[in-house]
Amino acid sequence: MENIIEVKNLTKKFRDFVAVDNISFSIKKGEIFGFLGPNGAGKSTTIRMLTTLLRPTSGVAKLAGYDVEREQDKVREHIGLVAEKIILYPHLTARENLQFFGQLFHLSKGEIDQRAQKWLDQLHMTEWLNHRVETFSTGMKQRINIVRALLTEPDILFLDEPTLGLDPQTTNLIHEFIRELNSQGITILLTTHDMLEAEKLCQRVAIIDHGKIAACDTVENLKKVVSEKANPTLEDVFLKITGTEIRDTARKAAPQAGGRHFGPRPQRRIR
Amino acid sequence: MKIIKDLCQIAKKDLLEFTRDRLRLVTFFIMPMFMMIMVGFIFPSQNTLKNVPIGIANQDNGSISQQLISTVSGLKLGDSSSTAFSVTSYDDNEAIKNAIKGQKINGGLIIPSGFTSDIAAGKQVTVTIVEDQSNPQISQMVDQILNNVVSGFGQQIGLQKTNQILTITNSVPGSPFSKLSPQAIIAPVQAKIEGIVPGNPNYFEFVAPGIMAMIVMTAVLTGLAASISREKEQGTLDGILISPINRLAIILGKALSQSIRGLIQGAIVLFLAFLLFGVTIHGNILLVILILLLGIFSFVGLGILVSAIATEQETATQLLFMFQFPMLFLSGVFFPIALMPHFMQDISKIIPLTYAISALRQVMVLGAGLGSVTTDLLILLIFGAITLAISVPVFKRVITK
Repeated sequence: MENIIEVKNLTKKFRDFVAVDNISFSIKKGEIFGFLGPNGAGKSTTIRMLTTLLRPTSGVAKLAGYDVEREQDKVREHIGLVAEKIILYPHLTARENLQFFGQLFHLSKGEIDQRAQKWLDQLHMTEWLNHRVETFSTGMKQRINIVRALLTEPDILFLDEPTLGLDPQTTNLIHEFIRELNSQGITILLTTHDMLEAEKLCQRVAIIDHGKIAACDTVENLKKVVSEKANPTLEDVFLKITGTEIRDTARKAAPQAGGRHFGPRPQRRIR
Repeated sequence: MKIIKDLCQIAKKDLLEFTRDRLRLVTFFIMPMFMMIMVGFIFPSQNTLKNVPIGIANQDNGSISQQLISTVSGLKLGDSSSTAFSVTSYDDNEAIKNAIKGQKINGGLIIPSGFTSDIAAGKQVTVTIVEDQSNPQISQMVDQILNNVVSGFGQQIGLQKTNQILTITNSVPGSPFSKLSPQAIIAPVQAKIEGIVPGNPNYFEFVAPGIMAMIVMTAVLTGLAASISREKEQGTLDGILISPINRLAIILGKALSQSIRGLIQGAIVLFLAFLLFGVTIHGNILLVILILLLGIFSFVGLGILVSAIATEQETATQLLFMFQFPMLFLSGVFFPIALMPHFMQDISKIIPLTYAISALRQVMVLGAGLGSVTTDLLILLIFGAITLAISVPVFKRVITK
């Protein structure tokens, strides 16, 4: 199968701090690919580079054949992003949000409504369409947020901890929805700290630590790493590869879009 | 063009979001009102002098001093219906000074004993005006008005006396003074004040254009920076940035929505100035709008620059506040720049607000046309172009690091 994402020697430095250190991997079309790693490991920085929100320091990344640095707009047309923070305006209604973000991609009003409708039905959000987002629960916001990311009918969907802080019902609904999207041919890159979620959904996972890829394989193969247990879980694999030490990083791996922190210079991570 | 459509989308969304926040909406309307009403009522002008408490100590017991007192207490300024002073009688100099110290009155007049008889006897008399040094603005006006009243009153007496003299000398045939008018003896030269537009100069006409420019421009400056950094903070900026629209459209769209808001606030200021304080625009209203637009343009670059370097909304607002306060004084909103020390005048020359305000005053107060303000407009245009040329690439670089 062809590779829809190809990353080669991708590096991101923030001054003297190396957030992503020379990583290479590829994702096949139609895969659900898990992106795991401790806090501050470089997951979000990698996703920000792949979604054209951050410029790589060096290295190449291609999405659907387009270079993330030189063909940004082409890349943007093929991706959808559910980021850590919910990308919706609280004061606007769900529909106004969808209309606004859809129109940024030059879709017509009718097109947006029509595209959103089927997703909204599947996520049980149709009746809330004309309510303001600020009145929603986290789960409802996340469902609208996912619909927003799908408006462009992307080939690749980035999901950065999509079920963080959600109740089991919504989590389950979103899991099924992810599978459904995948069955329609959408490639999914899923970031999560929930090992069960990764095990349940992903065909292949990459474990990233200290800005480097520590392991990248199918869940089945990774489990072979843990020889001391009879039926190892993905969590066992994760802890074996990344260790049990708590990570204390002096700064967040990636600052939000742009900006400069006026403060002490970032220190090297303390181990 | 695509970019125009995109920037309109962004502006529309921003305005829609803005109208949904009731508290922000209320403060939006109330701020210019407060500003205007405060300034309008706090800064006095001679025409607005009403019922200022003053004291008179009359140590004379003749009729001429009574006439002077009734002239002072009956004085009305402009088309005001109430008298300028409310007069209280005091015994002597000491009593007046004590009343000023106790802030019961803002000035005093002392008429010496023998006032009437000395005038009748043809001697020069002196009345004393006591001023309240704790309140320079009021006391300056009180002094000036009392001085005018007293000298006017003196002239009347002089006129009567001259008339008497002339009647006697002219009764002699061949008198060299037969063609003299008494006015020509008392005041041979008179000054006539002629303005460019009708009406008296008033502080409010001076300050209204300044407040308008200031509100419009700072609203755009802080609004733009706050709006971009807020979206950065809440994460929605990423949602816009992953769309294939031009980065310039994002900035310009935000600038457009802020400009619309700024202009609405400017209109409120103008409307209140017109309604409550009788300020009239002597020049072309379209020219006023053009000046405001160019003023906004001159500030957009600065706003973008601040929002690019500030990570959080709070940082951006604080950063701007630091500049705003000195700018308020240096650009001559409240005080004429000509009265400032030289080094401050030099600083004020690099603030675009200075030129916007000066142009607005020329047009609104003096009725100047486009020709008289071309230089100011050009400076605003150049300032805006330079800051934009610096800030747009910086913004583009910084948002994707």
